[in-house]
Amino acid sequence: MMLPAIHVRELRKRFRHRPRTSKAAEWALAGVSFDVARGAIYGLLGPNGSGKSTLIRILSTLLFADGGEVRLLGYRLPDDQAQVRRLIGRVSVDAAFYKKLSARENLLYTALLYGLKPSVAERQALQALEQLGMEDHTLSIPLEEMSRGMQQKISIARALMINPPLLLLDEPTTGLDPKSRRDVQTFLEDLRRREGTTILLTTHDMAEAERLCARIGFLARGRLVAEGTAEGLKRQAEAETLDDAFIRLTGEKVLGGEEPAAPAKDA
Amino acid sequence: MELGVERSLRQTWAFMFRGYHLTRRYISWVIVFNFYALTGSAAVALIGVAAHDHQLTLTLVVGALLWNFLSTLYNEIAMSVAYERWEGTLEYTFMAPVSRLVHLAGLSLFALCNSIVNTVIVLLGLMLLTDLSLAGANLVGVVVVLLASTLAFVGLGVMAAALPVMSPERGAEATHIFQGSLLLVSGVYYPVDVLPGWIRPISALSPATYTLSACRHLVGIGNPATTPQRLAGGPLSAVAFELSVLAMMGVVLIPLGLWVFGRVERWAKHTGRLKRTG
Repeated sequence: MMLPAIHVRELRKRFRHRPRTSKAAEWALAGVSFDVARGAIYGLLGPNGSGKSTLIRILSTLLFADGGEVRLLGYRLPDDQAQVRRLIGRVSVDAAFYKKLSARENLLYTALLYGLKPSVAERQALQALEQLGMEDHTLSIPLEEMSRGMQQKISIARALMINPPLLLLDEPTTGLDPKSRRDVQTFLEDLRRREGTTILLTTHDMAEAERLCARIGFLARGRLVAEGTAEGLKRQAEAETLDDAFIRLTGEKVLGGEEPAAPAKDA
Repeated sequence: MELGVERSLRQTWAFMFRGYHLTRRYISWVIVFNFYALTGSAAVALIGVAAHDHQLTLTLVVGALLWNFLSTLYNEIAMSVAYERWEGTLEYTFMAPVSRLVHLAGLSLFALCNSIVNTVIVLLGLMLLTDLSLAGANLVGVVVVLLASTLAFVGLGVMAAALPVMSPERGAEATHIFQGSLLLVSGVYYPVDVLPGWIRPISALSPATYTLSACRHLVGIGNPATTPQRLAGGPLSAVAFELSVLAMMGVVLIPLGLWVFGRVERWAKHTGRLKRTG
């Protein structure tokens, strides 16, 4: 039997606002479990503060969990973080770059940081950028002069430059215009089909999740309250749209709206 | 299969590459900082010229040059994490498959190059503004001492670099407090004997104290044979004690710095302090 690319069991993480005061601690993740099959796109949806970014940070080796088990492509975290770092690419909601440097300089720096031959890495990045609808000459423009959409495409190219079998995308299309959003979505579909890349995607965009993700998990208050296919989640919540299913299953209150239904156990 | 050494060399080069291009892009600020370092050093050195005291001028010049070198080296390493927080790239650097040793070695190499350029600029400026002549100084000896003290200052810088990992807001401030304390206790422009009695023992812990003491000997400060036309620099053997202390400090401080940084990194990953702030 093939092991899942991402295996998370009873993952717990809490942050203390004031050291040594256990009362001031709150659970960002309160026992999250899920699997993502190799070559699949898994969507993680949740309201702001639900624990999505904390989960991505743990998987990115940037945060240590307080309990539970995480295995990425068979490697256990945090013990095997050195191996995991070679296998993951990450795109965060804020395209973090040296803004004064050009796109090419930022990409070459990343290539060197990963110990890659710059010429090989640059070719890989250029291919990704071409597929994302960007032209070569934009590479010499400093990041600070680029639109947010362009920066985010460079960020995706940076993550793909290392050809990772596992991609962690934390709201990669937030703030993008519809055309850029569609470019990114099409690219991710192609990437999964072509390379068999496993993708964990967090998003607030239900249409995006429905289009891209084989399975979707709803995260609320640090718990995975529902999980399944988009259709399964809608059936479970007896909702017509994934938006409605999300609101009902996560227990989000809607101003002037109906009371949310109690979440069911499985999809 | 690609050699690990080749990979590590590329990763070390990454930090040099980044530093070079950032310097290029922020060149106006680099000019401003170097100009300020030059005018500050000249203002100090001219106190000796005004007093018509060649030995005092030499003491001040050597102090200014060494402090420029050591403080630039320390500051570049210590502030590297703070710069990454401001740029928002810290998490990407920490999740890259690069060992902390290679990471900090790359940073330190760039810092060393930066310090050398800065010090050469200040030296050339001082030679223009004062009648400074280095004829007779044991410059090879000075370079050896600087290399030995570089190791110790890299260790201190790495330890200080952990402070902005611990506290995004207060860490950068703390690195400057530490740097200021080194300036005070090391006797950069004066003998440490003039410090209050309770501070003097602390000066023995600063590598800069030994660097300055050794370099003064090697340049000929305090040697009655030194004249404005020709310095009477001492031999390297005369500063064997200072060199040994500096080498020992380097041997202790570099692994200690790496250990402290590693512990703080682990702590930051437990508490979520790596998250972008500022």
